[in-house]
Amino acid sequence: MPTKRLGIAEALREAIAEEMERDPRVFCLGEDIGVPGGWGGAFTVTLGLEKKFPGRIIDTPIAELGFFGVAVGAALMGMRPIVDVQYGDFLFLASDQIINNAAKLCYMSGGAASVPLVMRAPIGATGRGAQHAQSMERYFTGVPGLKVVAPSNAYDAKGLLKAAVRDGNPVLIFEHKLLYGSRGARAEPGATDATADIPAGDYTVPLDKAALRRQGAHVTILGWLLMLHHALAAAAILAQEGIDAEVLDVRSLSPVDYDTIGQSVLKTGRVLIVEEGPKTGGVSAEIAAGIMDRFGDSLMAPVTRVASPDVPVPFAPALENAYRPDVGRITAAARRLAAS
Amino acid sequence: MPAPTPYEKSFVLSLYERMALIREFEERVKYLFLEGVMPGTIHQCQGQEATATGVCASLNPDDWITSTFRGHGHALAKGLTAQELLDELFGARTGCCKGKGGSMHVGNMKKGMVPGIAIVAGGIPLAAGMALAFKMRGAPQVVACFFGDGAVAEGAFHEGVNMAALWNLPVLFVCENNLYGASTHVSKVMKDTRISRRASYYGFDGRTVDGNDVLAVYEAARQAVAECRAGQGPALLELLTYRRTGHSRRDTCGYQPKDEREAWFSRDPLDRFAAVLTQRGDISQAELDQVKSGVEQQITDAVAKARTAPLAGPEELLQDLFAPSA
Repeated sequence: MPTKRLGIAEALREAIAEEMERDPRVFCLGEDIGVPGGWGGAFTVTLGLEKKFPGRIIDTPIAELGFFGVAVGAALMGMRPIVDVQYGDFLFLASDQIINNAAKLCYMSGGAASVPLVMRAPIGATGRGAQHAQSMERYFTGVPGLKVVAPSNAYDAKGLLKAAVRDGNPVLIFEHKLLYGSRGARAEPGATDATADIPAGDYTVPLDKAALRRQGAHVTILGWLLMLHHALAAAAILAQEGIDAEVLDVRSLSPVDYDTIGQSVLKTGRVLIVEEGPKTGGVSAEIAAGIMDRFGDSLMAPVTRVASPDVPVPFAPALENAYRPDVGRITAAARRLAAS
Repeated sequence: MPAPTPYEKSFVLSLYERMALIREFEERVKYLFLEGVMPGTIHQCQGQEATATGVCASLNPDDWITSTFRGHGHALAKGLTAQELLDELFGARTGCCKGKGGSMHVGNMKKGMVPGIAIVAGGIPLAAGMALAFKMRGAPQVVACFFGDGAVAEGAFHEGVNMAALWNLPVLFVCENNLYGASTHVSKVMKDTRISRRASYYGFDGRTVDGNDVLAVYEAARQAVAECRAGQGPALLELLTYRRTGHSRRDTCGYQPKDEREAWFSRDPLDRFAAVLTQRGDISQAELDQVKSGVEQQITDAVAKARTAPLAGPEELLQDLFAPSA
């Protein structure tokens, strides 16, 4: 089957366009997403779609609480909105509509109401200081009624977005700014290659499955988004030292796929979880507890975590680099774990 | 002799019956709550029956409403039955939300009512989005979005109304101005207390209407709904009304001055409408009394059934979190 090499931004754009072609209920809502001569959203994901889908790429005022509410209302009436924020940090403004309405209306109504809503949010520390940088998965993974995913490559980005559109429920997709592969004026310095071969045909990626990225026998490293790439780089270094790391892309942050994770834990008995956000209250803490609950008897060492320190994301490049987990810290932690 | 009103007798009697039903429902629920047999908390609307009834009378069955934590009256006005509401309040699985919503979240998606949005102003952007869906589909539906005076201070009001205006969405924003956000008087939270004027800031017209005059409410809503259906939405109606009962639970309304309460009680929507109806010439007090005793019996029967309705059970706890994919 023919494939083409795409970055995440392009893959998401293709997914949105295909879903809009397939289903007239699908439309996009967000800031600066369809302005002719503009950017196609902060990271070019919707670039040019307004020409192809007039009236269905809707630019909003700068009003995250309001337009997330608009998206929830439209979804409640059977539309399939894809709504995004320019930076994940702005989700806090929208969080009443996400948490109190989108996530709860199905349950509150006894299953009569549904909110088939896709939400997209770019996250990650990228030289922008504290308020355009947070890794904020943690604030949403504990919300019952929300599904949360985080693609680390273009293949998954396309397949997860399509699966999210076709799901009957609110799905929040966290995307990493350094993985988009955005080009031109919206390119990110220091980006990591997350391109993938995209097949020509239609496909989806399930919203509740982790993915095995590297087989190994000694330690299991769990990561997602940028940290998955760092974990793979660390595994390559560890291999030279005789430490055979298995690397899993958690990918589905809620629900967490403990079946796939469990298979690896049972094999290696040693688990390292890597997370870009601050350590306290992290998704990694939840996953560590989830592993203890299910597979604690099979662990040969305590679950270990590498995460950022408990401070806001700093601006100075030297500080930001010290803040964000990197290949060196992951490698060192895995070494200690393998020796324990 | 006052001129006879131009409305059909059956129509005005149906309005009166609906208002009487809401009053009787609320009074009985209050009693059940104070008696201790009804769980949770309640926010009631005695004194505000004309707003819900007048607005919902202007809607078609396939139109929608959004409501708030004070939604019993809106629900009854939109056609939910006293039974499905009482069952919900008792926590029964036969309730309109299977006992998972409760007093603050009553609704029925088959009857055009989203479960009550109990976060103040949270229903305003939501209603704008519902209207966006109607507009994108080319459907002639409208949504009436109920909220209180307190919601006007929320950012969600500004954001939702702004987008509805920007995109000419078919939303009827219905502000039930009962003078108090919980216990705080409107004059303490806004410089300009004429809420309808805010519509002009967003580029459309708002109207202030006597919210205790059901026919005035109905006429204003009918016109606004017609404008919305014609693509000239949104509309904002500020309905001046008064809550005769506490904000919630055992609130005794100590913050409402006695003279203010008395002045508003003398403008009670049910009493006033009864006076209008008996002056028509074709409706007697006896007929109104009959309507009243009819709704009393209806509520008595519904309460009796609700007291023994099957309660939601632990086996249902994990159900209904997600909709099936489609």
